[in-house]
Amino acid sequence: MAIIKTEGLTYVYGEGTPFRKVAVDSVDLEIESGDFAGIIGHTGSGKSTLIQHFNGLLKPTSGSVWIDGERLWDDKAKLRPVRFKVGLVFQYPEYQLFEETVYKDIAFGPKNMGLDEDEIDRRIKETARLVGIGDSLMSKSPFELSGGQKRRVAIAGVMAMEPKVLILDEPASGLDPKGREHILGMIKEYHQETGNTVLLVSHSMEDIARNVQKILVMNDAKLFCYDETAKVFHRSEELRAMGLAVPQITRVFERLRAMGIDTGEDVYTVKYAARLLLEKLKK
Amino acid sequence: MDMAEKKNKEKFIEIRDLRFSYINDLEEPPVKTEVLKGVSLDICRGEFVAVLGHNGSGKSTLAKCINAINLPESGGVFVDGMDTLDENDLLPIRQRVGMVFQNPDNQIVATIVEEDVAFALENMCVEPAEIRRRVDDALRTVGMYEYRLHAPHKLSGGQKQRVAIAGIIAMRPECILLDEPTAMLDPHGRDEVMRTIKLLNSQGVTIVLITHYMEEAAQADRIVVIDSGEVVMDDVPRKIFSKVEKMKELGLDVPQVTELAWELKKAGYDISTEIIYEEECAERLAQLLKD
Repeated sequence: MAIIKTEGLTYVYGEGTPFRKVAVDSVDLEIESGDFAGIIGHTGSGKSTLIQHFNGLLKPTSGSVWIDGERLWDDKAKLRPVRFKVGLVFQYPEYQLFEETVYKDIAFGPKNMGLDEDEIDRRIKETARLVGIGDSLMSKSPFELSGGQKRRVAIAGVMAMEPKVLILDEPASGLDPKGREHILGMIKEYHQETGNTVLLVSHSMEDIARNVQKILVMNDAKLFCYDETAKVFHRSEELRAMGLAVPQITRVFERLRAMGIDTGEDVYTVKYAARLLLEKLKK
Repeated sequence: MDMAEKKNKEKFIEIRDLRFSYINDLEEPPVKTEVLKGVSLDICRGEFVAVLGHNGSGKSTLAKCINAINLPESGGVFVDGMDTLDENDLLPIRQRVGMVFQNPDNQIVATIVEEDVAFALENMCVEPAEIRRRVDDALRTVGMYEYRLHAPHKLSGGQKQRVAIAGIIAMRPECILLDEPTAMLDPHGRDEVMRTIKLLNSQGVTIVLITHYMEEAAQADRIVVIDSGEVVMDDVPRKIFSKVEKMKELGLDVPQVTELAWELKKAGYDISTEIIYEEECAERLAQLLKD
């Protein structure tokens, strides 16, 4: 079943002013429960505006959004539970840490949901384990942690609400390669363990290729496609035309094809490329 | 004199056994964190140097030492022969070495593109006619001349970052330090900025680029790797990236093509791990597959 569904979703900034801009234009979309998808698109393509509709932060100018079968904005009072169902992690979430201790900061979301102490405690421990924050850090001030640790605590705070859908906007930006791997690996593990839907906004095609199963492409406020990773990267010409790219390794195989060597398959990770080449070389 | 020879001769930035610490006065007693632990490094005029290192390794702190935002605790930093510790040289140093930061939104002050580019020049009391000339030149160099009358907040990330770069080059610096200038940009924006950097370098501007993108670092003349406040590697990109295991140990990475070559080499195939570009990777693979 579709956990997120939109029909004719349109959002216009500054309606009735000279600065009117259609940020999201007639998007029809169905995201299945349990999908692990990447969201890509050039700056200003409408990615952020789109995801802010998924937990009711923005109200569509026209069209509708359904979360878990329920249409948003029919009854404003019902928006609160939707915000617990769809967790949104903004860019640089570490700037949103505020509590005295790491433990209290992760507890903030679950507490607001009205859960009892034992349940809150269980969730904090569970998510802290998932993001790799040890017990020794729990009583520390979040501001004493390193940048990477802070970010993991901030993400844990949203995970602890156990949202059915977790949306992360550039969770790895500004981190070094190892930090990126760590954060993305942790998100992948979260997806495997919980089976919840995860959406990942990123500008790094390499990170997207390594991690997700499907990709949603936004272009000039419109939905370009929502499809399996391999199929999306297969359309490299179109992606390039819209200011995006394909991973470096995919470009190498495109060159090979142009040189008359067709490996017959789409390659978008180094691991897969190595396996494919080793097979061919053995023959 | 050819370019390579020239680069070898004229030192522009000299860093000698540089030590630097941050001191947190809020704690009692104050807590001192040593960030740079004796860095020595020469950067020559016209060179394009990429600086790599994991978060917290000291890269940004080092960059700030070069244009005298941070001052050495011991050791010294000399820019075009001037000591950053000498207050009288502060302005000339900052005019020779411009800095571009990660977030373009934090670097733009005016509401019109060309006014933003003119900002530093006005402060330097440059003649109005000269300001006009330099602003136009700078905007043309970064390919933003058509946008000179636009409002910066309506530009894309890559465009804003190029406006920030134009503001720096209008000062006619001899060197530009860029601290992760593409971290917040989409692939097209990253391309635009990298192309601008290479163009400036080809015109003789010395470039120091801090980045987490290995493909960008591969385009430099030389890579310096910083770890825990020390220079641990300093060589041409090919040599640096060919040490795949060492790079991973340092929390860094290598371009995807290098990683692929490394995997094939480990499996016993004849392929060099000094491959760092797409074209050469495709060519070598084609040969291997044909043999």
